[in-house]
Amino acid sequence: MRVLGLDIGSRSVDAVWVADGRIADWAVADSGYDPRAAAAAFVERGAHDVLVSTGYGRHAARERFGGRVVTEITAYGVGASALFPHAATVLDIGGQDTKVIALGADGKVVNFEMNDKCAAGTGKFLEVMARALGYSLEEMGEAALRGEGGLAISSMCTVFAESEVVGLVHRGEDRARIARGLHDSIAARTLAMLTRVGARGPLVFAGGVAKNPAMVSAVRAGFAGGVEVPDEAQIVGAYGAALGALRG
Amino acid sequence: MSEQPVDYHLMWADLGLDLAAHDALLGAVGQLYNGTFLSQQNRPAGMGYLDFVMSEVHGLRIKELNDFRATGGKVVGTFCLYVPEEIIRAAGAWSVGLCAGAEFGYDKVEQIMPRNTCALIKSFMGFKLTSVCPYIESADLVIGETTCDGKKKAYELLGELHNVWVMELPQMKRDVDQAAWKAEIRELVAKMEELTGNAIGAESLAAAIKEVNGKRRALQRIAAARAADPAPISGKDSLLATQVAFYDDVPRFTQSMNTLADELDARVAAGEGVSAKGAKRILITGTPMALPNWKLHDIVEKAGAVVVGEEMCTGSRYYEDLVAEDGTTLDEMIDAVAKRYLGINCACFTPNSDRLADIVRLAKDLNADGVINCSLQFCGLYEMECKTVENAVRAAGLPALSITTDYSGEDAGQLSTRIEAFLEML
Repeated sequence: MRVLGLDIGSRSVDAVWVADGRIADWAVADSGYDPRAAAAAFVERGAHDVLVSTGYGRHAARERFGGRVVTEITAYGVGASALFPHAATVLDIGGQDTKVIALGADGKVVNFEMNDKCAAGTGKFLEVMARALGYSLEEMGEAALRGEGGLAISSMCTVFAESEVVGLVHRGEDRARIARGLHDSIAARTLAMLTRVGARGPLVFAGGVAKNPAMVSAVRAGFAGGVEVPDEAQIVGAYGAALGALRG
Repeated sequence: MSEQPVDYHLMWADLGLDLAAHDALLGAVGQLYNGTFLSQQNRPAGMGYLDFVMSEVHGLRIKELNDFRATGGKVVGTFCLYVPEEIIRAAGAWSVGLCAGAEFGYDKVEQIMPRNTCALIKSFMGFKLTSVCPYIESADLVIGETTCDGKKKAYELLGELHNVWVMELPQMKRDVDQAAWKAEIRELVAKMEELTGNAIGAESLAAAIKEVNGKRRALQRIAAARAADPAPISGKDSLLATQVAFYDDVPRFTQSMNTLADELDARVAAGEGVSAKGAKRILITGTPMALPNWKLHDIVEKAGAVVVGEEMCTGSRYYEDLVAEDGTTLDEMIDAVAKRYLGINCACFTPNSDRLADIVRLAKDLNADGVINCSLQFCGLYEMECKTVENAVRAAGLPALSITTDYSGEDAGQLSTRIEAFLEML
C-alpha cells in the first residue's frame, strides 16, 4: 500500500509517499497564495492508495480530496519517533507556529504546547526580520553564525521586533550581530516552552526553521540533552501523517 | 407559539435600542445558532423548548419583562452567579442575566477601558454603549459584585450610564467573611425592598428558595444524565440550558427542563445518545461562557468528542448547591442563602483548593477522558489558576489541556489543532 502524507502549512506544502513503511518519494512546494493548488498537484500524481492530510489546511484538503486527517502535533510525534526511536521530545518550528511535543516511552504524544494566535518567533518572524536586514533567509542564518556577541532583541512580537531591528540598523550596528541576537532570543523563548512541558532529551528539532543552522546551534547551546535534526526537517509532519495511516 | 413571526421593532425602539445595530447582532447570533445547534444529530426533542426560547430571546421574553414592568414589577439585571436570585424573587422582582458573550462595540469600549480587559467585561460594556441589549435596557437596577478588579472598576463606568448597585463579595471563606457576606445580603434585602416597595418576609423568601432550588434540581438531573455513555445530550445543548437558566421565567423553565431530564433518563435507559458509544468525553473547566459564547464546545464536539460537564459559572457552579430549605425564620433563611452562595468555588477566592477537588470529582463522576481548562484572556484570576488546575487533573491520572482565548474567531484554526491533537492523545 502506498500512502501519501500531505502537510499543508502556512509557508509550504510538503508531500511524502510511503511504500512498505519507507519513504518512496518526497516533494516540497511553496504554499503561496493557493496552497490548495500545490496540494492538488501532489494528489493528482495518483501515486497513492491512501491519503492522509495534516497541517493548517488539513480539513480543506479532506473536503476536496477525501482521505483522512490528523493534526500536525500527532503527525510530528509519529514522524520524529520513527526517525529517532529514542526521541523524548519534538520541537517543530514552522511557518506560523511553534510546537513542543512530549513523547511517552512508546512514542505517543503525552503532552504538548503550542503558541497562541500570534506568529512570534516562527518562520514568518524570521522572514520579516531577514527583509529588515536586507538578507535572504539563508544569508541571515549564516550571518548569525558569524556574528559575535548577539545584540539583545527584547520583543518577540513581529511588528515590535522589526522596529527594534530597524532602530539598531539606523544606529549603524553590525547586521550579523543583530541577526545573532534575533536567533538567540527565539531560542530563549523556545527553551522556555520546552521547560514548560518538562522536556527531556533526545530532542528532535524539525519543521522548516530547523533547516536554519543558526537556530539549530542556538537551541543546541541552550538545551540540556541531545538535539537531533532530521536531514529533511521539513517533511517530518508529512512522513508522520503517512506512517500513522499504516499503523491504523 | 404563533405561526407568523411578530415584529418587535416598536418595542425595541421604545427601549432605546439602536435598531440597525441590533438587527445586525440578532442576524449574526441567529446564524451562529443555526450553525452550532440545529446542525446537530439526534438531539433530544426537549431541546425544542430552548430553540424556541432562543428564537424569542430578544422578542417574546423582553415583551414578558415589559408587560411585567407595566404592572409595576421590577426587573433586576445581573452578571454573576454570586448575586442571590432568591432575594430578588422574594421581593417580587425578576432576575435576568445580562448580555456579555459576544464581541460587540469594542471600538467604543476601548475609548474608556484598556484594550487588555477580558472579553466578558468588554462585551457587557460594548452592549451597553452601542444600545443593543434589551435586557439591560429593561433592567430597573443592575446588581454588580466585586468578584474581580476589572468588573469592580467597570461597574463604576457602567454606573455613569445605568442604575447600578454593587455587592461586596469577600474573597476568603473564614467565619468573618461569612458574617460580612451575610451582612451584605441583608443590605441587598433592604435595597430590594426599597426598589420594589415589597417587604421580604420568611414566607416570600421560603417560596423563592424553593422555586430557585427547583430550577437548580432540574439542571442537576440533566447534569447527572450526562454521566452515561453514550451521552444522552450534547455539551452544547447542556451549556445552553444553563445559559438560558439566567434569563428565563423560572417556573416555566423548571418544568421544561424536568421534561427534558425525563427524556434524557429514558434515553439513558434505552442506551441512546447523541454521539457514538465510546466517543471521547471531555470536562470543561474555567471562566464563564455567557450567551452566545459556544465556541469551545462547538470545536470540541465538531471534532467528534462530547462535552460531559462544565465546572464553570455557566455549569456546575450554578446548579450544584442548593439553599437549605429547613430555615423557619427570615434570619435562618438569609443565613442559608449566604452559606450557599459563599460556598461556590470561584478563582476570586483564596485559597481555592475546593475548586480543584470539584474538578477532579466531576471528571470521575462524569467518566471524563480529559479536562480542558479554558480561560478568557486577561482574566488574571483564572489564568493564574491554570497550572494548579493542570497539576491537580494530572495528579488524578487524567490528561489536561489549558487554553486561553476570547470571543473572536481569529484563533479558531489554532484552537482546532490543539483540541484535535488533545483528543488524538487520549
